[in-house]
Amino acid sequence: MKVFEKLFPIRKLLDKKTRSTLFILSFTLPILLWCAVSYLPFLWHPMVSITNTGDVSYFKKEMLVKRKVFEAENKRMQTKGLQQAQGYRSNPIYLPQPHAVVVSLVKSFTTPPRRRGNPWLHESLLHSIKIILLGFLISSIIGVPLGILCGTYSFFNSLTAPFIEYFRYLPAPVFGALAVAILGINDGPKIAIIVIGTFFQQVLVIANTTSKLNSSLIEAAQTLGASNLTILKTIIIPGTLPDIYKDMRILLGWAWTYLVVAEVIGTSTGITWFINQQAKYRNFEQVYAAIIIIGVIGLLSDQLLAYIGRKIFKEQAIQEI
Amino acid sequence: MSLITLPNYKEQSPDVKERFDRLKKRSVKMTVNELYKTFDTKKGPILKNVSFSTYKREFTSVIGPSGCGKSTLIRLVAGLESIDSGSINVSGTEVKKPGIERGMVFQEYTLFPWLTVTENVMYGLLRQNRSKAEAKKEALKWINLVGLDNYQDAYPSQLSGGMKQRVAIARSLATQPEMLLMDEPFGALDAQTRARMQAYLLQIWRNIDISIMFVTHDLDEAVYLSDRIIVLKGNPGEIAEIIEVPISRPRSPEQFLTPEFLATKKRLEALIHRNKEEEAVPVIPTTDLVNEIM
Repeated sequence: MKVFEKLFPIRKLLDKKTRSTLFILSFTLPILLWCAVSYLPFLWHPMVSITNTGDVSYFKKEMLVKRKVFEAENKRMQTKGLQQAQGYRSNPIYLPQPHAVVVSLVKSFTTPPRRRGNPWLHESLLHSIKIILLGFLISSIIGVPLGILCGTYSFFNSLTAPFIEYFRYLPAPVFGALAVAILGINDGPKIAIIVIGTFFQQVLVIANTTSKLNSSLIEAAQTLGASNLTILKTIIIPGTLPDIYKDMRILLGWAWTYLVVAEVIGTSTGITWFINQQAKYRNFEQVYAAIIIIGVIGLLSDQLLAYIGRKIFKEQAIQEI
Repeated sequence: MSLITLPNYKEQSPDVKERFDRLKKRSVKMTVNELYKTFDTKKGPILKNVSFSTYKREFTSVIGPSGCGKSTLIRLVAGLESIDSGSINVSGTEVKKPGIERGMVFQEYTLFPWLTVTENVMYGLLRQNRSKAEAKKEALKWINLVGLDNYQDAYPSQLSGGMKQRVAIARSLATQPEMLLMDEPFGALDAQTRARMQAYLLQIWRNIDISIMFVTHDLDEAVYLSDRIIVLKGNPGEIAEIIEVPISRPRSPEQFLTPEFLATKKRLEALIHRNKEEEAVPVIPTTDLVNEIM
């Protein structure tokens, strides 16, 4: 009971040691689970990897067969008095072992791609990042100012909100064919999908954030003789900037989710092409390696942006706590 | 069955009477004329037929039960709300929108968190087309007046509540308005800080030429600070009485216990708490349990 009360206090922070233990566990637990399933042969392992085909005609060395099939064939061989096949328990090909993924993670950066002219993993990644950043940038150049205007002036809100509310329910991928027809088969339509997927949410989110600025700050500026345009420039924009920055971090995460859709439009490119290609060759270690890298890039870039945000908006951040 | 007999709050000592005579000979600073304001037509007007004037350099408080429209009244004077009917004139000009001749200090902390103390005080000055250097020089003067020289470059998040309100006062005064409107400016402060802020405010007011309109729900604060107190009754907000505070100036905290002070406060209490049966403390019958303990 005592341990229970210590670990689950309502709305109270656990002590630092417990928290850092939990932090480490949140990553190591899934990895441990993966290791257990991979390295303990009695856990799951529904397949058998053939080492000796025996007299089973269609078995080949290193072939993966289901355990039931393996046992049935061996029984058949036994009754016929023929040599039985041998093999060891194994997992399906889509669940590679952790060390294989690590090795292939290193190899993907050191060995050239299988076919000449195909991009390396890092080239695929850079292409994906380029698509996202360009799409996000184009969306933000229009979306952020429009969002601020909508959150400040009822005029802009009434003029644009109904259409945006309608449009944001249209899934971005439905514009794929249209984007290719208009922008060709290269990067254009891919960037367009990211823009369509981001822009409408962006305007609504930024407008909402802007409208939440404490109105007594605006009133204080009015009583100090500031005109409407001055208030927009000197109060609303600097006052909402820290929150808009936070929104942008979240929106950038959303932009990533449109990446896979964007990359299969026109000619398949980037990390999605890489993953599909590796899956086609049944190099599932490479698929996992690519997925892990995407996650690491996402986590690191978000942490970096959070850190930069804390530096830029130092004085406001103090107030929040 | 009071322990001491309080004087009539309308009786003024010769020096107080003389002060009021002088005050009323000054020019009128603000006239509020038959003011009406309704937010929700179902609930009826929040302010009804409010008319009064204040004089140059007068300290006027507005007091009343919660929801009586005292904040609405000061916001109308500031030009932050629109007037339904009636009018407000400050120095002969009708109030239509906020203007720098009417500075305002809010109950909420309204310092701009991304600006330093100096930059906050400079804000209004820069809106008057002054150069940055000039605005800064002027701002430092006012920061000095509220005693925050050591905090020129601090951000609002580094200041205590009382300091924040001192900066807010400096910021409103820097543009040299004719009137300072204060909407429960010390409402969020603790008792000690509040008492110090009241003393500060009286000192500042003595040293500059400004009329103050002060909204509060604290009776002591209203009596201690004001020349006259406009008492509103709630539902709808009408003027119940305009009280001339019979206490001499300069004021000091010792006056809180003088008979005139207590008499004025008693009158305010009577005005504000009448018809408020629902808020009266119920009389609890003495039970056996209590008897046992005693």
